[in-house]
Amino acid sequence: MSTEIMEFAELIKTPRVDGVVLHRPFMPTVEGTLCLTGHHLILSSRQDNTEELWLLHSNIDSIEKRFVGSLGHITVKCKDLRVIQLEITGMEECLNIASSIEALSTLDLVSLMYPFFYRPMFEVIEDGWNSFLPQNAFKDLESMTDEWRLSEVNKDFSLCPSYPPLVAVPKDFDDETLKKVATFRHGGRFPVLSYYHKKNGMVMMRAGQPLTGTNGRRCKEDEKLINATLRPGKRGYIIDTRAINVAQQAKARGGGFELEANYPQWRRIHKAIERYNVLQESLIKLVEACNDQSHSMDRWLSKLEASNWQTNVKEILTTACLAAQCIDREGASVLVHGTEGTDSTLQVTSLAQIILDPGCRTVKGFQSLVEREWLQAGHPFQQRCAQSAFSNSKPRHEAPVFLLFLDCVWQILRQFPCSFEFNESFLVLLFEHAYASQFGTFLGNSAAERARLCLPEKTVSLWSWVNRPQELERLTNPLYEPNSLVIWPSVAPQSLLLWEGVFLRWNRSSKCLDEAYEEMVHIIEYNKELQTKVNSLRRQLAQLETEDPLLHTP
Amino acid sequence: MEHIRLPKVENVKLLDRISHRRRRVGTLYLTATHTIFVESEAGVRNETWVLHSLVCSVDKLAATPSGCPLLIHCKNFQVLHFIISKEQECHDIHLSLQRLSQPESYDELYCFSYKPNVDEKERRQEWDFLDLKADYSRMGLPSSLWKLSPVNQHYKVSDTYPADLFVPESATPPVIVGSSKFRSRGRFPALSYYCKDNHAAICRSSQPLSGFSARCLEDEQMLEAILRSNPCSDFMYVVDTRPKLNAIANRAAGKGYENEDNYSNIKFQFVGIENIHVMRNSQQKMLEVCELRSPSMSDFLEGLESSGWLKHIKAVLDAGIFIAKAVAEEGVSVLIHCSDGWDRTSQVCSVACVLLDPYYRTLRGFMVLIEKDWVSFGHKFSHRCKHVVGDPKEVSPIIDQLLECVWQLMEQFPCAFEFNERFLITIHNHFYSCQFGNFIGNNQRERIELRVHERTHSLWSYLWANRTDYTNPLYRPNHSQTQGLLRASTSPYSFKFWKGLYNRFDHGMHPRQSVEDYLRAIQEETQQLEEHTGEGLHYIREVILILWLITVHSYYKSKEKKKIPPGCFSAFDKSPTVWAPGNNLGLANTPQDYTGGFITGSPCQPKGPDSILLPKSTNQISDASFSNGSDQESGIADLSCRSPLSEDSTRDPDSDEAAYSAA
Repeated sequence: MSTEIMEFAELIKTPRVDGVVLHRPFMPTVEGTLCLTGHHLILSSRQDNTEELWLLHSNIDSIEKRFVGSLGHITVKCKDLRVIQLEITGMEECLNIASSIEALSTLDLVSLMYPFFYRPMFEVIEDGWNSFLPQNAFKDLESMTDEWRLSEVNKDFSLCPSYPPLVAVPKDFDDETLKKVATFRHGGRFPVLSYYHKKNGMVMMRAGQPLTGTNGRRCKEDEKLINATLRPGKRGYIIDTRAINVAQQAKARGGGFELEANYPQWRRIHKAIERYNVLQESLIKLVEACNDQSHSMDRWLSKLEASNWQTNVKEILTTACLAAQCIDREGASVLVHGTEGTDSTLQVTSLAQIILDPGCRTVKGFQSLVEREWLQAGHPFQQRCAQSAFSNSKPRHEAPVFLLFLDCVWQILRQFPCSFEFNESFLVLLFEHAYASQFGTFLGNSAAERARLCLPEKTVSLWSWVNRPQELERLTNPLYEPNSLVIWPSVAPQSLLLWEGVFLRWNRSSKCLDEAYEEMVHIIEYNKELQTKVNSLRRQLAQLETEDPLLHTP
Repeated sequence: MEHIRLPKVENVKLLDRISHRRRRVGTLYLTATHTIFVESEAGVRNETWVLHSLVCSVDKLAATPSGCPLLIHCKNFQVLHFIISKEQECHDIHLSLQRLSQPESYDELYCFSYKPNVDEKERRQEWDFLDLKADYSRMGLPSSLWKLSPVNQHYKVSDTYPADLFVPESATPPVIVGSSKFRSRGRFPALSYYCKDNHAAICRSSQPLSGFSARCLEDEQMLEAILRSNPCSDFMYVVDTRPKLNAIANRAAGKGYENEDNYSNIKFQFVGIENIHVMRNSQQKMLEVCELRSPSMSDFLEGLESSGWLKHIKAVLDAGIFIAKAVAEEGVSVLIHCSDGWDRTSQVCSVACVLLDPYYRTLRGFMVLIEKDWVSFGHKFSHRCKHVVGDPKEVSPIIDQLLECVWQLMEQFPCAFEFNERFLITIHNHFYSCQFGNFIGNNQRERIELRVHERTHSLWSYLWANRTDYTNPLYRPNHSQTQGLLRASTSPYSFKFWKGLYNRFDHGMHPRQSVEDYLRAIQEETQQLEEHTGEGLHYIREVILILWLITVHSYYKSKEKKKIPPGCFSAFDKSPTVWAPGNNLGLANTPQDYTGGFITGSPCQPKGPDSILLPKSTNQISDASFSNGSDQESGIADLSCRSPLSEDSTRDPDSDEAAYSAA
């Protein structure tokens, strides 16, 4: 703790101010003492614990300050899209607080992040860092097929810095060949197994773009590897998440796409999923639209449209559905890639699995999916989630790629409300923790970085916290009934809704909707209670009957 | 029957609205009352029934090599796209349907031939199901402040008003008659809702004939009387629901609005709801957006915005909220009018009532509300819903907007309404279907002339009899959300597009699992369990008693054996839950057209520059082996069977079978 104080002390100009007034959406105004610690902004009225505010500095996206006389107003805009106001008397205090918050919320050094200082106040039942080890996931695959093996070729992250140490590859390909293929793929991301469809043995693979360049470079090993994943007489689809013209332009920078002449058993489909700053722009515009106070319907609809957020949701979901359709309905294998293979590619492969695989619709299965297809697969969380919708600084690598994925999951959940073991709260929780968290799960940009930071040793996993009965109860969908089928969502604009639970969460009271949810839980709980009662009556009756032979009818 | 040129056409194709590649082949029948399409797929007998009175338009499109397309748009937003192979047959069906769907007189309407298996006594009882006087006495009327006035008996003062009206106690017949002469169509201010807790009232009328300067002493006295009927308040609101410009324009025609200087203690207010023509065009534009075949998100949102539909819904809800707050929070009485006082006025009165009074959020209460503010106060149903052939400029979806406002509120307050979305959609269907007599004609006087109560059936008792289908499982009468004034949000983002109504027949767009159905099934099971645990406990007590008796009498006394009651617990021997949502899913759920035609080789797919490199043979294989149309089609068919909303137009009426066999 003392080192923490040492490191942050110089950043905290005023650690404590009395008489600060806090305004939060849908909560009563609180007057109390504001304290700044290395990682938290705390406001406490010291009367009632429920009126305390504990805000992680890392959750702060931007702040604004203004003065009316000597009364300072600080508007704190959070990455979870909440906006709170602080009123501080005294210009100097206010300026000090504001600049301290600014400095503390923009610390770049990972090792100073809160997860390295956080000590859990709960008993860890199961260490989340060991819950989803790749070798365990591979055991399931082995039980279904022997066509794949786990390769340790990337053990020291030298072949592909964004891949995990263990990847599943076709059995007949040795590590030497993989090394050659890696040189032909963006970021060394050679094709690896993402999903095996048990029903018909079709597979989904993902990779980085092939480095064909302008003169159409080929790689025999790459062609062989991809073809080897097809069964005799079968064909496959390459889903390129970029529009054809974008893929064409990539050639000039050494990238490109698979020429069908070189991959004759494969057919290529281009889909236009947006990336990077276009997505960040879209998020910023959407949140701005949601916070517009003009009360004009035309303005709202046109801003919603102009944000393109719903368009992005539709495009991503449609592409995922297409991948799933190729696998399940066409009986074809699929290779998905965009440019790097760390963003839109993962959106598509993970959503397709939710559609195809009932296992991914359970709490544990979904965690495993996030672990496999996002964390292990090298989605650069730290870069993408560094800033959210209120950031004033120019976006560098920020993009709400993961949030869009969660939004798409929510859309499917809305359409199949009984097919998911988890509820909306779980998705919102993942959104929050991806952007700011006391847990180490979403720190770093790749498995390599996480290994270097020794996260499993130095931080607590989000899963350790989530997978305890009291948290699970809150995140479990009371309507869940396991559904072993493939679920095909509708992608019509009418069917895709704005995710209120995230985007309107702080703009309107959710009291009535929460009450409706509680009512629903109550109806189901009461039913279960009665079921138990009937069963116990049944047992009593059976017992009475065996005790008294006379009760048996002849 | 004389209008049916061709009763039956074989080999007709019915195209799926979204994906024209999915089609069903069958036989088309025309009967006196319905168009029926019977799918001739082996094994399944899939029927689509469309009431002629629900047909909005029939269009014959230019013939194509595969046949002659016939497009039928229905008032319940169903769209049917048939392909009839012979042009002559298509022509005959077209002409027949055009005539059949546009009755020239009221006597042709379906309600006069609709004869379910109900005897005359029961039929008469149907009409006694709702009693408006009972609702007024629920409000505490008549009272020392408000009286039932006989002034409009035989519709002498206003022929579009009901015979029974409540007016202020102090309003004398000369004042009422005088006021009525100063109001369009004689629609003088009368009571719509009375809040007995604070004496505030909602009154309604048509516009005053004030022109630029005209005054009417009796009308001023009438408003004074309304104000005085609320002893707690020293002023009242007069709300003109029109945009100010429209109201000013009316002055030139000798109509207009109240001058605040002439009426004592009124606060005058415009709320700016557009007229029937704007609403008609707006809905038309919105429906065009709904009908786009595979719109992009931008197509949809831009179209929705430019239709203005949600803006109008918001305007109606905003007006309702203003009035509800005036009554509930300020305790101030309100007089509402528009031009004639039967469109916007009805909307705003009803929305305010729904917000104010939990009773109108119950099944029965909502029926009463429609009966009160719409049927009795003379909303011109037959003109607005085009029940008989007439001026197309009179048609307007005013009543649709009321239902949508209520639906928007249900989305915000899921526990506050006793009824569900299905209830609203069913009512919507029957505003247009002419199956029941309730909405025939334009006012009470016309309905009496048509002897609707003697000759037809009532929708309300039908809905009540089937109320389990229309009940919201989340509703609790004692829930805090259910009590008192609903504090609705009208921020633009609080409004949703009502796909349940406007895309009602596009089953693929709706959630594939219904939370509501699931909860209803759970509740039914719970009810059974409650009964059985009661029975079970009772039974176990009996068994224990017998055992005790047996011990006491040392077995020899009694040889009688207590039999286990049949049926006890048996309901639960089969499965732990009566309804498992996943069970039907396999049939219901098929992929949509995610490919933009790629997989089935549609020409609209943009080809990459290097697609010429693709060997030709591969392309052909793709076309042949990758088409999964038939598979998807069967899924769609099953989906329509499953959806509980899809069939109320076809399944409910008893006489449908009769009509079909008559054909």
